[in-house]
Amino acid sequence: MFELPSGAEIQSIIATLKTGVGFFIPEIYLSVLFMLLIVIDLVVKGRKNNLLSAVTALGLAGGFYFIYQQHLLEAGEIFFGMYVLDEFALFFKYFFVLSGILAVLVSVADDQLNRQARSIGEYYALIVAMVIGMIMMASSADLLMMFLSMELVGLTAYVLTGYLKNDPRSAEGALKYLVYGAVSSGLMVYGFSLIYGLTAETNIMKISAELALHGYDPLVMMLASLLILAGFGYKIGAVPFHFWSPDVYEGAPTPVTAYLSVGSKAAGFAILMRFFYVAIPHGGEPFQDIAGMDWLSLLIVISIASMIYGNVVALWQKNVKRLLAYSSIAHAGYALLGIIAMDELGTQATLFYLLGYLLMNIGAFYVVILISNRTGSENLEDYRGLGRKMPLAGAALTVFLISLVGLPPTIGFIGKLMIFSALLAKGSVFIWLALIGVLTSVISLYYYMLIPLNMYLRESQQPDEGKDATGMVHRIGIAVLMILTIYFGLFFKPLLDFAKISSSMLGMTIY
Amino acid sequence: MLSLIVFLPILAGLVILAVPSSQKQIIRMVSLLAAIAQGVLAVLIWQGYDASLPGITAAAGGAPEGSFQFIERLPWINLDLGTMGSLNIEYFLGVDGLSITMVILTALISIIGVLSSWPIQKQVKGYFILFNLLSTAMMGCFVALDFFLFYVFWELMLLPMYFLIGIWGGPNREYAAIKFFLYTLFGSVFMLLVMIGLYFSVTDPVTGNHTFSLVAMASQENYIKDAILGPDNVMWRYAAFIVLFIGFAIKVPMFPFHTWLPDAHVEAPTPISVILAGVLLKLGTYGMMRINFPLFPEVFQASLYVIAVLGAINIIYGAFCALAQQDLKKMVAYSSISHMGYVLLGLAAANTEGMVGALYQMFNHGTITAMLFLLVGVIYDRAHTRQIDKFGGLASYMPVYAAVVTIAWFASLGLPGLSGFISEAFVFVGAFSSETTRNVAIVSVLGIVFGAAYLLWSLQRMFLGKRKPDAAYDLEVGADGHEHIHFHDWKGKLDLDARELVMLVPLAVIVIFLGIYPMPVLGMLTSSINKLVEVLSPVVMTALN
Repeated sequence: MFELPSGAEIQSIIATLKTGVGFFIPEIYLSVLFMLLIVIDLVVKGRKNNLLSAVTALGLAGGFYFIYQQHLLEAGEIFFGMYVLDEFALFFKYFFVLSGILAVLVSVADDQLNRQARSIGEYYALIVAMVIGMIMMASSADLLMMFLSMELVGLTAYVLTGYLKNDPRSAEGALKYLVYGAVSSGLMVYGFSLIYGLTAETNIMKISAELALHGYDPLVMMLASLLILAGFGYKIGAVPFHFWSPDVYEGAPTPVTAYLSVGSKAAGFAILMRFFYVAIPHGGEPFQDIAGMDWLSLLIVISIASMIYGNVVALWQKNVKRLLAYSSIAHAGYALLGIIAMDELGTQATLFYLLGYLLMNIGAFYVVILISNRTGSENLEDYRGLGRKMPLAGAALTVFLISLVGLPPTIGFIGKLMIFSALLAKGSVFIWLALIGVLTSVISLYYYMLIPLNMYLRESQQPDEGKDATGMVHRIGIAVLMILTIYFGLFFKPLLDFAKISSSMLGMTIY
Repeated sequence: MLSLIVFLPILAGLVILAVPSSQKQIIRMVSLLAAIAQGVLAVLIWQGYDASLPGITAAAGGAPEGSFQFIERLPWINLDLGTMGSLNIEYFLGVDGLSITMVILTALISIIGVLSSWPIQKQVKGYFILFNLLSTAMMGCFVALDFFLFYVFWELMLLPMYFLIGIWGGPNREYAAIKFFLYTLFGSVFMLLVMIGLYFSVTDPVTGNHTFSLVAMASQENYIKDAILGPDNVMWRYAAFIVLFIGFAIKVPMFPFHTWLPDAHVEAPTPISVILAGVLLKLGTYGMMRINFPLFPEVFQASLYVIAVLGAINIIYGAFCALAQQDLKKMVAYSSISHMGYVLLGLAAANTEGMVGALYQMFNHGTITAMLFLLVGVIYDRAHTRQIDKFGGLASYMPVYAAVVTIAWFASLGLPGLSGFISEAFVFVGAFSSETTRNVAIVSVLGIVFGAAYLLWSLQRMFLGKRKPDAAYDLEVGADGHEHIHFHDWKGKLDLDARELVMLVPLAVIVIFLGIYPMPVLGMLTSSINKLVEVLSPVVMTALN
């Protein structure tokens, strides 16, 4: 029988919620911003795109203040263990707000989006909604909350992907995204239910304690891990859960592609790390009996498959967005290597890698947008001779691509260096993984260099159609991203320190 | 001082960035000034260099001072990694006998490179920015004493080189450029892994922290015994040696990793060929002497024979390929492969004579091959072809050109009195006196014969005899009643013009002078080579174990 709580119990519940709200201010602030954007759109009723984008960007930037305030708070659980606040979550809060701002910036740059979308209002509101969802993904500590936040991100992403209503590719991408998303969510929930069946808990810290106390059937655990990985792997776009990404990346408006490729992927990494590090820590005392075959081995397989598949298939791509989509599969594989190392250095490396990927990938898409504004195309063929027509954009794109390959002196090189250092610090066990990593990055050089090859080495077929019409804001935008990519490739200490501080997670029993 | 010599070109590049692209002459002059300033600095360093200090490893007590010179050492990245200790990367420059010769060579070739870039008309601004970037990266490689810094410079060379071949190259440039890029990157990614492995295996004797310092890595007592590349981990030390060797061998280029070189040379414009052959190839053998061998001396000792055989294959195979070429530039490219084989053979001798010969050969090959490529460029500019059988009897029509070609060709085949002879002689003396390499050396001598064959044969076909019916030029009877040569669309001076002479004559003087009196260079490098031989000797290794 279900008993009604007594008055005192209700009082204590309310008190807990009240304290929790104090730890939830950035999320509340962003929700207010979300609603404000919808209201502004209703009030101005016209195509005041600039007003909306400015409010969104400034509003998101204001979010930094509230996140910064959270450094003063103690790390802890709120809302009955549904949600946590720790350094790890704070890292991703900064990360997602920054990626939201960059997404707004690239959205402003995209002529196609601004021409086609009838009302831009919901677009920016959805971007903010996705920021909220991703922040919640990184902070959830409960299976239910994890599922809900992933769905929030998923649903906004489906709508954003299909935002170009007149473009059939956009609609196709959105539908594929939705169908694959529904299937992988279903699988993940099944995995969650198996875990719940094993432990009768939904809080990941309690799950961990319960598993340690009572042990479990390794076969069921293996199945549950695999199913849950299907859900997380779908978000990070790793093989074999990647099937949606090329079509979605190609069909979606390019700013959305850029946003998904860094934001949603990083959110997937955040939730993956938190869930596996906290709920099913590998290598700790109670778990030694199943060291043979477990989620770590699954991750190794996924990572190798992603690096090889992503890089090899990208070789044949003729469309730059599709090429970057396949390469993003490969980058998911590299970032996973840091998780596989399973120590502080590895976590730090993965976090740093994601930061680097944010800079260089948004940068690359930014230039792709500016180029497509001019040529109306994202085909490699149409990049011919652009290096001379758009010198700054060409140089910047070359820097971003070099960084994506992992050559010095760029942030991408330091990312790879940290990842491989984390693997080699473990002694000789993971050398072969590092070998696959470096060899596949040699492959990646070939297809990334196809873009500068077309831009600089080949002459354009069409006559020059006039001056470079890129606005001053966007020139400064790409120049800043380019300089940061190089600057943090030479002086990376602050970012690495930040990543190191952020690698501590509440309730984690490893390291 | 060293920072200045490294970063001057990049500063020039930044200045050029601000110059409007229509001001071609200013852009060229800025680059030339930077290169000359680099040359002056190189001379100053040479004057201030104390040839008695050994280099290679740290002086007693673990500090590089007293062993290396012109040291600049600043902490660059200091990062606390918690349980993994701390990550220390230093901005650490310095020279010893190995690098000072290469610094001088690089400065010299850079000046020549800028001068020979003068006629380039296409996208001059972009060209010189990339050229200066390349120049900085090359110089940086030779003076960096921190592995991380070395790696950054090493990789920094690739992109400018890719564009310089890819944009300003010949018809098949796309293929040549990406082939160069992929080959070298393939070699260097393994270097990255070895670098990380070494970092975790070596501690700085002064601070006790892990370090990227090549000076600390060169002393075996700084290795942690059971670390991944520590002395106990024999298998991984062999693996690391092999992949490092392949990485550097690709740059040399050593058979069977040489195939990128002929493609790159044939497509590259003349100045880039000069830089490529004059400096870049040396980075491969320099890397072996600085990093590959002293860090893994016991593996080096175990693989002497293999290295010698590979060197011999390079010598003979390169010579045979050169013999078969119709394209003059391809012939010179293969002769480079052959001549770099002598360097490998000298290194495999593992004694002072061989190693001195190897390093001296690197310097001489730099100057001689620069001349060869410049001379190929001279005739290609005029005739727009490099096919050897499209010429004939050139000696009577272009006497100055023929004279310079003769000096360069004879220097290349190792004629006594010219610098190539001395280095090759040292290499063979070294290789004969080592038990391991004696047999290989005997076979390699054949390379000299074939070398003479292709060089003399090409000289004969191009310069002696009469004009061939299908030659790339016409003959006209001038007002004075003599026959004059006439190229179809060449407006300039028929024989060497002033700019070409300014490039070629100093090189020819150096080649002749160092052939008669080699001590200025040999004197600088002997104490470092002695130290290197000592570090590599089996005696030291056994003493440690």
